[in-house]
Order: sequence, then C-alpha cells, then structure tokens
Amino acid sequence: MAQTKRNRFFMRTFILIVLVFAIVYTIFTNATKDKIEVLGIGDQAPDFTLVDLNGEQHRLSDYQGQGVFINFWGTWCKPCAKEMPAMNRQYEVYKEQGVQILAVNIAQSDFEVNRFAKQYGLDFPIVIDKTKSVMEAYNIDPLPTTLLINQEGKIEQIVRGGMTEKDISQFMEQIRPK
Amino acid sequence: MNNIICACGHENPEGTVLCGNCGRPLTEEAENSKLVDMRYEGSARRSQTYNKTIIDKIWNFFSSVKVGITIILMIIVAAAIGTILPQVLYVPATTEADIAAYYERVYGTFGKIYNDLGLSDLFGSWWFQTLIGMLGISLVIASLDRVIPLYKSLKKQRIKRHESFMKRQRIFATGEDILGEDSFNISERKLKELRYKVKREDGALLAEKGRFSRWGPYVNHIGLIIFLFGVMLRALPGFYVDETMWIREGETRAIPEAPGYYLESKEFILETYENNQSNEVFSEAIDRVGTIVSNYQTNVVLFKNQENALPGQIDNLQQVKESSIQVNKPLKFDGYSVFQMDFRLNELKTMHFNLSNKSTGETLGALAIDLVNPEPLYDLGNGSSVELKGYYPDFSGFENGEPQTKSPVPNNPAFLVKMYTPNTPEGETSFVAIKQTVEPLGVNAYKLEFQNVETRDVSGLTIRKDESLWVLAIGGLIFMIGVAQGSYWNHRRIWLHKTNDGRLIVAAHTNKNWFGVKKELDIVTEVAHLPQYIDQHDLESEEFKKDGEKSS
Repeated sequence: MAQTKRNRFFMRTFILIVLVFAIVYTIFTNATKDKIEVLGIGDQAPDFTLVDLNGEQHRLSDYQGQGVFINFWGTWCKPCAKEMPAMNRQYEVYKEQGVQILAVNIAQSDFEVNRFAKQYGLDFPIVIDKTKSVMEAYNIDPLPTTLLINQEGKIEQIVRGGMTEKDISQFMEQIRPK
Repeated sequence: MNNIICACGHENPEGTVLCGNCGRPLTEEAENSKLVDMRYEGSARRSQTYNKTIIDKIWNFFSSVKVGITIILMIIVAAAIGTILPQVLYVPATTEADIAAYYERVYGTFGKIYNDLGLSDLFGSWWFQTLIGMLGISLVIASLDRVIPLYKSLKKQRIKRHESFMKRQRIFATGEDILGEDSFNISERKLKELRYKVKREDGALLAEKGRFSRWGPYVNHIGLIIFLFGVMLRALPGFYVDETMWIREGETRAIPEAPGYYLESKEFILETYENNQSNEVFSEAIDRVGTIVSNYQTNVVLFKNQENALPGQIDNLQQVKESSIQVNKPLKFDGYSVFQMDFRLNELKTMHFNLSNKSTGETLGALAIDLVNPEPLYDLGNGSSVELKGYYPDFSGFENGEPQTKSPVPNNPAFLVKMYTPNTPEGETSFVAIKQTVEPLGVNAYKLEFQNVETRDVSGLTIRKDESLWVLAIGGLIFMIGVAQGSYWNHRRIWLHKTNDGRLIVAAHTNKNWFGVKKELDIVTEVAHLPQYIDQHDLESEEFKKDGEKSS
C-alpha cells in the first residue's frame, strides 16, 4: 500500500510538473514574441551583407573584433535626421578606437540617400536594404532602431527610437573593444 | 488510510459509495436513498482517497468539476469583456506606448484600465493564457481521476450483486420465477439476439452492451487536450506565421518570416464583370450595383536565395516559380501560403514633364522622373538639362524654408530642380509640386510643365504558415469522436438474479436513454415471463410531487 502511495505521489508530481512547464513555456514565448522575434540581447547578430553608396560591400562579420553600431533609418524620418549628425561626430571620435557605424537605409532610392548623406556631410558607410531582407532578419520596427553589436558579434543592446548625442557616445563607449 | 470493509468482505478505498465487489451501499446516504447514484459506478474518485501532501492538495483542487466549471466561466466572462472595446489588432497604433495612449484618449479611464489589464490583447495576456492552461490541467487531472476508477470497477464488476444494490436500481422487478431454469436460458438467448454480452454465474446473469459509450467524455477530453497542445505549438518559433507584406509592381521584397525567400510583383490585376460577357441573370445586379469585381490577382515570381546566402545578398537569386495569386488561390511553397488580401490602386510611379518657355510656350524637351529611382541629372539635349536638387516623395510643407516629406511613399511628390537652357546657362531654380510651383530665387523664364503620370498598383499579401493545423484537426476529430461515442451509444446493463427462496430479481441500468433499455427489457420480460419491472424514478418523482403539494 505504501508503495502504491509513493508511486502515485511521484506520478502526480510528474504530471503536474509537465503540465505547468508546458504552460509556463507557452506564456513565456508568447510574451516575448511580440518584442523582437528570435533576436534578443546576448544573441549572435545575424550576419548580412549590403552595398554602400560607393558600391562597396559591407558584411557584418567582417567587422568581428570591432564594435558595430547598426542604425536603421529613413530620410523621411525626423528623429533619424536629428541623430545622424551627432552619430557622425561621435564616429569621428570612436572610429579610431574600433567602433564602426553601419547606417542601414530601408529601401529608398540612391538619389534620396545620396542627397541626405551629402546634406548632412555623413562620413560613415551608408548601405541600402533594397529588398528589406535585413530589416526582416532583424525584425525592425519602428525607425530609427539602433543595435549595438560588441566585438564578439553579440547584440549588446537594442535601442528603439531616437538618441541624444550623449546616448550615442555612451553606447559607443559600451561596445568599444577592450 | 481508512478502508471500508463491506459485509461481503471486500475492502474498498475511502470515499467509495457502492462496494466494488457486491454493490452494497456503503455510505449512510446511499443506504437511505431509494436509488443509488451510479456515477463512476459508486467508486471513489481518486481525489477523495489521498489528501496528505501539497501535491495531493493541488491535484485534488484541479480534480474538482466545480473548479473546472469555475475556470470555464472565468474564461467565458473574460472573453465576453474582451469584445467590449476593439482589440489591439484593430487599433491604429503599433508601439506599446501608442496603443496605451490610444485607449486612454479614445475610451477614457475605462480604456486605460482595459488596456492595463491586458483585455485589449486578451489572447496574448498572460493571465488569460494561464486560465486556459489551468483548464488544460483541470481536464487532464479530472479525467484521470475519474476514468481510472471507472475503468477498474467496470472491468472487475461482478455478475452477482447484492440484493440491496439491485433494489436501488431505477428499473427493478421482483416476483415469481415462472419458467424455472428456462427463464435464464430464454433470457440469455433473447438478450444475445439484442446484442448484449451475456455472462452467467450460478443463479445470476449480467447482460451488458455499449460499455464504450462510457469513455465518450474522456475521449472528448483527450481531443480537447490535443487541441490545446496544438494551440500551444503556435507559440514555438517556426510553427506559426501570420504576416502581411505590401509589394508594388516591379518591386522585389524579402518575404517576412520566410528566410531566404523573395517575391517580385509583376502585376496587380483587378477585373470586374462586364455586363455583356457574363451570365444574363447577373446583368440586373450589375446594372443596379455598378461594377462588381470578378478577380483580384497578383502575378508574382518567387525567388530563393542560395544556401548560406546572407540577408541583403541578392545578386544571385534563383527563380523558383512564377505564379498568379488570386483570392483563395494562394502561392504555396515550403509550407508557406501567400494569399491575396488587399490592394491599393494607382500609386504614382513616373511623372512626365516638359521643359517649356513660360512666355512663348515653346518646349525644349521632355523628361520622365522615376519616383522609385530618380536620377540626379536629366539631359534634354540641345544644351538643355534639368538637375534634380531634392526629391520629397510625400511633400508636407516647408520647415525653416526646407521642404519636408512625411513618408517615403510618393503620395504627393515634389522636386527641387535647377533648369538649364541655352538662354539661361546659369540655371533657374524651381520647386515643383502637384498644383504648386514656387520660384524661390526670383521669377524664372522657364518652367517644368506637368504632362502626365504613370502609376502602379500595390498588392497586400498575407504570408501564412501553420504547422499546428494538423494537430488541431486531429484534436477536433477526436473531440467529435468522443461526442458521438457518448451521445449515440448507451451503456446498458440488465441483471437477473435468482434468490435463495426461489424468487427472480431483475434490475437494469443505463447511462442515458432509459426508454431504450425499457423497450429491450420489455421484449425479454415477455418471452421469458419475467416479473414486470417498475421505474422507481417515476415513483420517486410522483412522491416528490405529492410532497410538494402537501408542503405548499
């Protein structure tokens, strides 16, 4: 009798644990799904390759060992236009220290992006995601969104919305290779 | 643990109502009642037997039907409240902050509370999912706790039951044994004809059919649990995709949530019924309504990137297939379906201008500006050219003298141009927008004269992938099998006893459709000359009625 009682106790415990685990897991994945799918802080940043305004290929994994500041933007987006000059100034400070900027424009025309880069005198590489495939891979919404990639190629932080120059300099400091 | 030892010597677990061996009532309540409660064969529900550890307590909580019903009611109430205000899906806001602001602005404090409680995204809210999960636990545990004892007691049920058990059955008869030994044989033959399984022991007979009807509710619960499991699968990455994409004619776009796949839109087609072409019976409707759409279609080409190609690497796309997507005729590939869902007609694509002399009207040449890919310089020949200084696809006014665009979509294109002609080699600056020309640096001799425009259509497509669908289908099927099993079959039992003093006792039980079992027992009663049974339920309810009359 004591044997069956013990068996029953273990059986009940086992069933309850399985059920509770299934539920907690479901709720957890559902709760985190809307945020950024697949991608989270500490994940390996998906590799991509895009062409910049000068026709040069930029592949994320080529910058392994450097911090990479990926900024998704559009010419029509006001907060993007606002933070771009500040990014440029900080780029001048940090590019010697191993921090690279990749500004990913979302599927706009060469003309618009060129005009914009010229107007604001931007020196960092600007690439255009013509098919929105990188945007899909990173599940970007809204613009601007900035991803900080550390020297190991892992996502250090995801910043949605505009940044002040102080933010930008702190972020660059954060991903500066040590 | 206190076991109950029946008069027949059988040991029953605590909470047993009817002895598992002979059927004697074991509780005072059962003893005092005229009819026995045959639910779960009077066996103890498991939850009643152990109640010591915390695990047992949790187990017993979920085992309770009352708890199960309460959970269902809570889910119903929550779902009902969820219909009061629109869900987030139908609200014109995307970010969390925007959504919160929207509910507060439009629906006031109530809207704020509604959104804070997660009622605005009911199915996504953790507490609703917890409720559903608890319902799942309740289904599993309540079923296990009932089906196992029921199965055991039906499996080991005795042919010979105690008289007190027989007497408390709803259908009961006692009387003289007219045919003697033959009454059992004739009964057996007739019952077998009626497709009963008949078992005999000396002086006792048990005829049974449709036992599997008793498993109906549990089969039904298994179906529900599989269904819930299928819903759970949707949360896992890769199992369920429901995305939308807008694609313009001529564009190639990465397909959301389908890594490595790209779609190019060749053409969007909108067709309507023509009065003279279609069947005559519809012509009246066409006259009345005007245009009726007959076809929404997007012609596409599906591309796949090479293995190991990176996002953004599009110089080596392999064409998979060409396809035309129509309503209800999706493009299918690799478990995905792409459906035609929406469209926007006539988005501006190319604008045609003439460069002309304002006073003479003389034209120096024509230019076409591709709004998707404008060029920095348009050479018109003969020493005339137009330089594009700025392009504002969705012009929204000036800010500090700077033209602004509010989106990247060419809804209201505007251009800042410099026009060069042999007469004006220094160039003239002009700002050209639809129905608006500004000459910021003084009066010009030349202007860009709008000629016409080319447009293109935009297709709204939905990308679906649902690997959980077959699990849901199996769950639903099992659910329905359980319903049918429990509804269309009845578990009927007829007991026949010969007492020591030579009388016959007949009792019958069914889980539903008492009329059916009575009809069959009528047949057997007639051929075997059994004593006429009475329906004790009728008697009881009559008595109850009388009591009611008295007390009123």
